[in-house]
Amino acid sequence: MRLHRRTLMAATLATFTLPGLAMAQDDTIKIGLLATFEGAFTVLGEDSERGAMVALSEAGGMAGGKKIEVIKGSSDASPDSAVRAARKLVEQDGVSILVGPLSGDEGIAVKNYALSQPDVTFINGSSAAQDTTFRDPAPNFFRFSTDGAQWMAGLGTYAYNEKGYQNVAVVAEDYSFPYTQVFGFMAEFCQAGGKVTSKSWVPIGNKDYSSVIAAIPDDVDAIYVALGGADAVNFLSQFQQAGGEAPLIGGSITVDQTVLTSKGRLKDVLIGTPAAGPIADTNDAPEWVAFVEAYKETDGAFPSPSLFAHAYYIGMKAAILALNEVDGDMSNPAAYRAALSALSFETPTGMVSLDENRNAIADMYLTEVTEDADGNLVNKLIQVTSQVNQTLGIDKEEFMALGAVSRENPSCE
Amino acid sequence: MNDLRPPDDTLNNAPALTKRQVWIGIAVILALLLAWLVFTPVWPEWVKDILISKKAFVSSILNGLTLAGLYFLVASGFTLVFGLMRNVNLAHGSLYLLGAYVGYEIADLTGYWLLGVAGAFVIVGLLGIVLQVVVFRRLEGDDLRQTLVTIGISIVAADLMLAIWAGGTYQILVPDWLSGTLELPIISAVRSNGSIVYIKYPLFRILVLLAAIAIGIALWLMLNRTRVGMMIRAGVDDREMLSASGINVHAVFAIVFAVGAGLAGLAGVIGGSALSVSPGEDVRYLLASLVVVIVGGMGSISGAAIGALLIGLAEQLGLVYFPTYGIVVTFLIMVVTLAIRPQGIMGSTS
Repeated sequence: MRLHRRTLMAATLATFTLPGLAMAQDDTIKIGLLATFEGAFTVLGEDSERGAMVALSEAGGMAGGKKIEVIKGSSDASPDSAVRAARKLVEQDGVSILVGPLSGDEGIAVKNYALSQPDVTFINGSSAAQDTTFRDPAPNFFRFSTDGAQWMAGLGTYAYNEKGYQNVAVVAEDYSFPYTQVFGFMAEFCQAGGKVTSKSWVPIGNKDYSSVIAAIPDDVDAIYVALGGADAVNFLSQFQQAGGEAPLIGGSITVDQTVLTSKGRLKDVLIGTPAAGPIADTNDAPEWVAFVEAYKETDGAFPSPSLFAHAYYIGMKAAILALNEVDGDMSNPAAYRAALSALSFETPTGMVSLDENRNAIADMYLTEVTEDADGNLVNKLIQVTSQVNQTLGIDKEEFMALGAVSRENPSCE
Repeated sequence: MNDLRPPDDTLNNAPALTKRQVWIGIAVILALLLAWLVFTPVWPEWVKDILISKKAFVSSILNGLTLAGLYFLVASGFTLVFGLMRNVNLAHGSLYLLGAYVGYEIADLTGYWLLGVAGAFVIVGLLGIVLQVVVFRRLEGDDLRQTLVTIGISIVAADLMLAIWAGGTYQILVPDWLSGTLELPIISAVRSNGSIVYIKYPLFRILVLLAAIAIGIALWLMLNRTRVGMMIRAGVDDREMLSASGINVHAVFAIVFAVGAGLAGLAGVIGGSALSVSPGEDVRYLLASLVVVIVGGMGSISGAAIGALLIGLAEQLGLVYFPTYGIVVTFLIMVVTLAIRPQGIMGSTS
């Protein structure tokens, strides 16, 4: 009993003194790192952390003369878990900057939460739903990592003109990010003259895709697949098991390193799959090569960084660059945000700057899956589309009139 | 089935149907309809409008059956343990996931898939005995504490497995003689030149179904035809009486727990080969087996089979025909069962 009381007293004491200690440390800045460290997207979350850590160690763990303290928050890719983790980071840990979240619906939920926390600055991780920044944006939410429709730049035209696919079926997860990806793909593909004859929206975290595979019409030229993490691995291996013959077109995270490195018989179905996204594994630009080298120093790294590592790297880098601008003074959030908005910097994948909705304009890469000399699957660079903006080069009013992305929009049967 | 009817029915001359006859009638009509749908060479257009395509329909039925097989393997262990020990083992999903990882490691190391299956069954089964002896025996008769302890074990196990195997997705490679597809004698479509396209189905999934049926029969034989099975059934009915008649109840408990845990581990390897292994599977399969045993009736093997069949079919048909609300169907079945027959389809009221 005595031991009990003593521990209790120690705990009480600790509770009283800890905030005091934290307050005394004026020379540290707390940055929250929100990613999916649990659930179907765990691998993706782990890699995003590596990317953020590369940016941090590049800066020597310092920004604007102050030490950076990173506090991790974990979600499971569901919007409510992301908001719960964000609340914990903001309201309990008292972070002044939050980098994250990772997944599409999480982004929209955290953006809405950002509206209620005007003193905290939110920098997107890798969530890429269009409406996180396009409709009803939050003044304190910044996205340096572009959205899923931008990522598709060049793919639709390439699939129609070079690959000769005219009828395509879509298999995608049922939430905002795949809607955005399908929108980006179809914007070009339908424009070029292609038809999308069937769409299957499957719940996130689905295991058994064989019925979905069987329901795909036999007469399509290719299947456009926008699934991520374990979902993509399950679909691909069951597609292989079912003797699927139709060629595939990949969404940005479907042929990402998080999927390409998984163990199993995926090679046969994946090689030759075209895709597009913010990175290309075989990019030989010196900035990219340097980033890959730095990334490989981290624990458990893939042969090449995933787009999540890349997105969190850019988000964390932007946070640090803007902190340098304001000399680490977070007492005036407006000044920090002005510095963020004005940022235009060289990344491993070219110049990045923000538009008036605080969404990035950046270069996009068209790729194709190949096997490299070591037998690893990588995305070979085919072509670069430079400086893609959120409205995909279309006039903003006209783009707005296309409507919000959804299961039915767009459609070209 | 007529001979099973109570004699007073035959004395009744009125043409009114008994409840049982109505159900049999409905079942026969459904079976005929299904047979027609499967064996008509080409569907008329109006059927296609409702059911998309024959290939989609037949495949989702087959997938529903194989998924049911997998669910049955997991849930049968769960329901067996509950039936005898009145112990809701909420760490059952962790045993499934552990089995999958163990099976992956063994198959990867030795190159023999079957060794992985056997290894997972034995190792997870032994772990089940350890759990029974070290944890559950100490908390005997204290249902709530047992249940809470199993939740704790499942959380600790999930984190330990995440630490060892990380968050990646593993695919247990099936040997070549089990992979590939089988052409079923069911016509999918007739091409314009008259050649017939048959439905192809992955060989491994058919084996999953056959394995589940074989294990189901083996379990039934063990329970109904062996001495141990007799003890187990006696234990389910009256534990005190069984121990009073000089039988070592703890040994019986340990055997049941080992078989239940081993089945979960075995299901892990089979599920990890047909689908994949990743963190979070433990909760998924725990939930699936909970739903299955609630629908089928706690403690009944045949109930687990019926429940697994309903849930597996509902999940797969839902995925194809109303993907967004597919998950609702599963829980709708559960809610309806709880409302109409709270003890489950095969459950007893006692």
